[in-house]
Amino acid sequence: MTSQIIELNNVSVTYPNGHLALEDVTASLPAGSICGLVGVNGAGKSTLFKAIMGFVKPTSGHVTIMGHAVSDALKQNLVSYVPQTEEVDWNFPVLVEDVVMMGRYGHMGFLRRPAKSDHIAVDEALERVNMTDFKNRQIGELSGGQKKRIFVARALAQGGKVILLDEPFTGVDIKTEEQLITLFRTLAEAGSLILVSTHNLGSVPSFCDEVMLVKKQLLAYGPVETTYTPDKLIKAFGGMLRHHELPGHHLHDDEDQRGVTVLTDDERPLVLYGHHDGKKIVSNTGNQEEPPQERKTGQDVSEAAPET
Amino acid sequence: MIELALEPFTYNYMTRAIWVSALVGGVSAFLSAYLIQKGWSLMGDALAHAIVPGVALAYLLGLPYAIGAFFAGILASLSMMFVKQKTKLREDTIIGLVFTTFFAIGLLLVSINPTSVNIQAIILGNILAITSEDVTQVVIISLTCLTLLALKWKDLMAVFFDETFARSIGLPVNALKLMFFTLLSATTVAALQTVGACLVIAMVVTPGATAYLLTDKFGKLILISIAIGSVTSAIGAYASYFLNANPGGLIVTLQTLIFLLCFLLAPKHGLISARKMTARNKNNIREKGELHHG
Repeated sequence: MTSQIIELNNVSVTYPNGHLALEDVTASLPAGSICGLVGVNGAGKSTLFKAIMGFVKPTSGHVTIMGHAVSDALKQNLVSYVPQTEEVDWNFPVLVEDVVMMGRYGHMGFLRRPAKSDHIAVDEALERVNMTDFKNRQIGELSGGQKKRIFVARALAQGGKVILLDEPFTGVDIKTEEQLITLFRTLAEAGSLILVSTHNLGSVPSFCDEVMLVKKQLLAYGPVETTYTPDKLIKAFGGMLRHHELPGHHLHDDEDQRGVTVLTDDERPLVLYGHHDGKKIVSNTGNQEEPPQERKTGQDVSEAAPET
Repeated sequence: MIELALEPFTYNYMTRAIWVSALVGGVSAFLSAYLIQKGWSLMGDALAHAIVPGVALAYLLGLPYAIGAFFAGILASLSMMFVKQKTKLREDTIIGLVFTTFFAIGLLLVSINPTSVNIQAIILGNILAITSEDVTQVVIISLTCLTLLALKWKDLMAVFFDETFARSIGLPVNALKLMFFTLLSATTVAALQTVGACLVIAMVVTPGATAYLLTDKFGKLILISIAIGSVTSAIGAYASYFLNANPGGLIVTLQTLIFLLCFLLAPKHGLISARKMTARNKNNIREKGELHHG
């Protein structure tokens, strides 16, 4: 079929209490890419996820996944979902291995008795997130980053062509974040579609190919370079965003007119360096915990500097 | 001596009480493995109380009281599920709200229509006086529950652990939950006769809680829980012969004793091993400190 994986056609969602959460969203997301879903809390990010997984029925419009209706797509295990880790009880008496094995349930028979292929899939998934050594640990003993990796492993074991990630970098250490980003890249290159909901502005340009800006409606959708711009972001975030600008003459004494723009809510800021309109995204900061000398900002700026 | 020990088995009613208790204890314990998770442990309590109006109504209509109890139980579970889906109230709040409502309706019915309902028998239960029709009923309920749980325990585990994910892999989450609460209602009805409405709560919590201290694997937890539930129930019924005591009270006391034992001695989650671990770590730190200073 086509290389478009998720097709959203005029999707609107109104909740039973009358709240209009999404209005007329139309987009078609291609295979082999990582798409960031960006917006403030309550902008409709999670409603869009729920619509893609069939948890809420669009009041109008429809969603298709690889040409199938959502319910069929779920049955065929085309969609793997990685929920936020806070949503489950980590004191539940299961081992890491058992949790990842749950990703295989859709492939198993009535009794969910794992076959050899299921064990192999689980081992491979654990390997890919570097958690093989934790296979027999109780899940409550894991750190925040490890918990997230287990959930990603469960999605990998499920083997969906579409992977939906809900705020994957919240409460996660930098090492995990970097590992996960590398993993997502590999998966996208292998033809998966990765849809990541986040309000962590700074990380988006560093790993997303495309971005959807939502605020009830789809404000913009397209490649990061042209879509992820300050004016569009400010539109998406309204007054929720801190916006600092350091124009060129404050930064250097030469003729260079390029300035620094910092956009941030409460997480990692988005830092733009370039000409006044901020069109060119030159760089992006590392995480705040990172020691300053390792910040990517410095490196990237110096790399991208000569441009007169 | 041996003759004395075997004496209970010479009475038909004793033998029956022992194996019926063991069966009900086992099924309740299976359910307890799930009920101890995340805020549902009062569910058994709720159902035991919610059953009262069903029993009263069944008496009024001249039906077997198990039928009334069963439907009241299902109605209560459904209303809890419904309120939880439609509001943001917490599980324990909803449970408290629904079961008191049902219990109140039950009391109201009984007080308006003073019948020959022996509320005492419902609240305390008496396995020694169980009739053979009741035995058939308990056996059918227990075996159905055990079969369904044995077939679907993994799906239920997925639902109880991470409902959203279970839904996303296409599991019929609502149907599974409905099945679980139907089984729980049915088991509550069965257990009413062994230990009574009050102590049902213990039967569907204590064995699971004890097993939780002993293992981190859910499958094992279920097996340990069933073993504890059925063995204590059998012994409780058996010992009631010698102590001339209420079997329900004995069964639950035994379960609590085992819980206390595990609470103190469990290899990983027990109090004593936790103390030892703390002491060992303290020593390690002290030794390291001495190395540094020395």
